[in-house]
Parts: sequence; structure tokens; C-alpha cells
Amino acid sequence: MDEKKVIAKRVAQLLNDGDVVNLGIGLPTLVANYIPEGIDITFQSENGFLGLGPAPKEGEEDWELVNAGGMPSSILPGGMFFDSATSFSIIRGGHVDATVLGAMEVDEKGNLANWKIPGKMVPGMGGAMDLVVGAKTVIIAMVHTQKGKPKILKRCTLPLTAKEQVDIIVTEMALIRVTKDGLVLEELGPEASVEDVVAATEAELIISPNLKRFGVEE
Amino acid sequence: MINKIISIDEAADMVKDGMTIMVGGFLANGTPERLIDALVKKNVKNLTLICNDTGFPDKGVGKMVVNKQFKKIIASHVGTNPETANQMNSGQTEVVLTPQGTLVEKIRCGGNGLGGFYTPTGIGTEAAEGKEIRVINGKEYVFETPLRADIALIKASVADKKGNMIFNKTTKNFNPIMATAADIVIVEADKIVEVGEIDPDHVMCSGIFVDYIVGGDK
Repeated sequence: MDEKKVIAKRVAQLLNDGDVVNLGIGLPTLVANYIPEGIDITFQSENGFLGLGPAPKEGEEDWELVNAGGMPSSILPGGMFFDSATSFSIIRGGHVDATVLGAMEVDEKGNLANWKIPGKMVPGMGGAMDLVVGAKTVIIAMVHTQKGKPKILKRCTLPLTAKEQVDIIVTEMALIRVTKDGLVLEELGPEASVEDVVAATEAELIISPNLKRFGVEE
Repeated sequence: MINKIISIDEAADMVKDGMTIMVGGFLANGTPERLIDALVKKNVKNLTLICNDTGFPDKGVGKMVVNKQFKKIIASHVGTNPETANQMNSGQTEVVLTPQGTLVEKIRCGGNGLGGFYTPTGIGTEAAEGKEIRVINGKEYVFETPLRADIALIKASVADKKGNMIFNKTTKNFNPIMATAADIVIVEADKIVEVGEIDPDHVMCSGIFVDYIVGGDK
């Protein structure tokens, strides 16, 4: 299975019935495709609505209804549009149960860097700093390494998006939980061994005594 | 009743070199494009821009960025317009990146008579550098100050002749907030209707904030 699909599927299984969830651009967006049957999730789009639905078919795009990536979107029954101040009241106010974002780096303390590479790329943080601080659960969805280089580090080297806010890291190789004691390897990806994960991770990993393998069948 | 309806050119003439302007929109969704086009044509320079992002090179405020009209840009995200990065890297334009929720709340404060606010967003990051940090109930917050502009350029889907507004779907975003936070507020409306045609229950932002209205012929 494609590694991004593996990650999106495992993240989708972490969401609970009734959750309000914000998905970041890119890989996190795929999570919406794998919500288990019977689980009702309300997606929040920080540009100003609740009830984000699937992308419209070609030819049916409405350019007055876009997602946080500026692309045509849809709203489901029960949804609501609002202004940006209300949107971030929802986010900072703790009314979003989970936010799923990508990362350039995450570290042992749950620090996250995903908005700037000094001298190279400075796109800006957008709503990420608010989302990571405000959401009850912060889930990082990313491929485990960047061109073979670890992204899960002892200490982030890039400018931080937020301090000590990450709760769970899901990659194609592992599900890792951030705890007071450090990073706990709780689950292995479909094809990874403990040795593979340790070799691809710079941070110290505590191996959970209940180590499992993801269930992400086709 | 005061006549608030003016031509696009009259509106553009109010923007002078060196002014600070706020422009509604999120990735050019809900941006008053015709006012932007008129300002590109008028070629006013050394402006300070307050906007969520810098749009695209051919869309939204991005067109004014390409035309090198800003000496300073306050935004949450500039990654969709490479020209912003070029001007930032060459030192032509100062870019102040602000978390999106903080940006909109600064504007809300500016229009709501408040001296600022404490937010948890940005703690432990560059966004909090040099700012007052205060611990409230055991949690760290950073103090952020209000933002105002000389002129706000707002996009509405419908405005009545007093300036009462409706914003369709996701075009609302920063528009109703910015309408409260500038000395002169100009609304570009797709449609202009008589006073009383909009049910008071459906007015999303009051005409008391609006000085001038343009457009109406879409």
C-alpha cells in the first residue's frame, strides 16, 4: 500500500465519533477519505466553515466555497460559515478535538517545526500556530524521513511552530506517542521492524511493552 | 440619506502613497478584485498591507505585490506568491508574519476599542519574540496589540445602499472584521440593493461601518 495511504488510514482510526477535526493541507487532507463507517466527524476549515465535505466534481466548482488551501470545496448538511475571528475562537478556544498536520521536524518534547526554513523557504505559519496550541489532540501525519534523513529528532533545529504541543506522530513506519517520559513507540507500520524505526529516528524511543502492528488492510 | 455609492476610480483615488490598507480575502477568495485592479492601474506606492496572505501573482492583492506597491506586508502566509518572497529576500519589502488567529484578533481589537489581548499562540516561537509574556492560571500567554488601517477594502456579495452586507459562503473570512478597523471603509459589492431589501436577521455586517460602496453590477 502507498505510504501516504497507510498514514492517512491509521490517523483516521484515531478519530472518535462526534469529533471536530481540522486537517492540514497535503497528506493530512487524505485522512477524510478513510473515516471508519459509523464515525461522524465534523471537519473545520480555518478559512471559515464547519462541515467541510468532499471536493466537488469537475465542472461543479463554486469559487465562493473554498477550503483552507484555496481550492473549491463543499459543505455538508449541518454545516456553518463564519468569519475568521470566529474561526480562530473555535480553534484557540479548545473546540477542535483534533488537528492533523504535516511536519518538517518533531522532537522528544513534542516540539514542532513546520513553517520556515531560514534563508530557503519562509511561507509563513498561516493558522498552524493557533491550531497546534488550541486543538485538544495534535496529530502529526508525515513520512518518517526526509530523503533518508530523520525528521523525528532529539531537538528541533528549525524555528518552532509550537512548544511541547504534539501528542501523536503517525508515519508509514510507526505510531509514536509523546509522553512526559519521552517518545513511546506504540505501533509498527505494516512493513517496519523495531530496528527499522530506531534506525530512521534520531530521538530516543521507549518501546511500549504492548507494541502492536497497525491494522490498515486494503 | 448620505449617498455612499461612488465609482471605482473615485475609491482608488482615496488611497495615497504611504498609507496602510487592509484588504479582505483568504487566498483571494473574498477579495475586492476590481478595487485591486484600480490600485494597480493607479500605481500608488510605499503602502503597508494588512491581509491574511499575499494571494497569487495574478489574483487578489498578489497583483499589487507583483507591481511592487508595498513597503511592508503584515500577513499570516505568503507561500502562494513567489514574488513576495523575492521582495522579502532582496530587502525591498518588510514582511511581518503573524499567526492567522492572532492577525484577525489584532484587527478585531483595532475595531473594537480594545488595547490588545493575551494569546497562547506563538509561545516558545519567533512569533512571541520581544513581546510581553504573562502567566495566567499557570499557562503562558503572549501580549498582542491592536491593528488599524487608513483604509479597508472589503468585498461583499450583497450590500444595501446603507452598506449593510451579506458575504456568500467562504468569502466572509476577514471582511466583516476589517470593516470595523479602518478610518475609511470601502466596500466592493457584487450586487447593490435598496435599504430594507436585506432582512435584518440576514445582515452579516452593519452599514454603520461603511463609508463608500462601489460595484453592484455583477
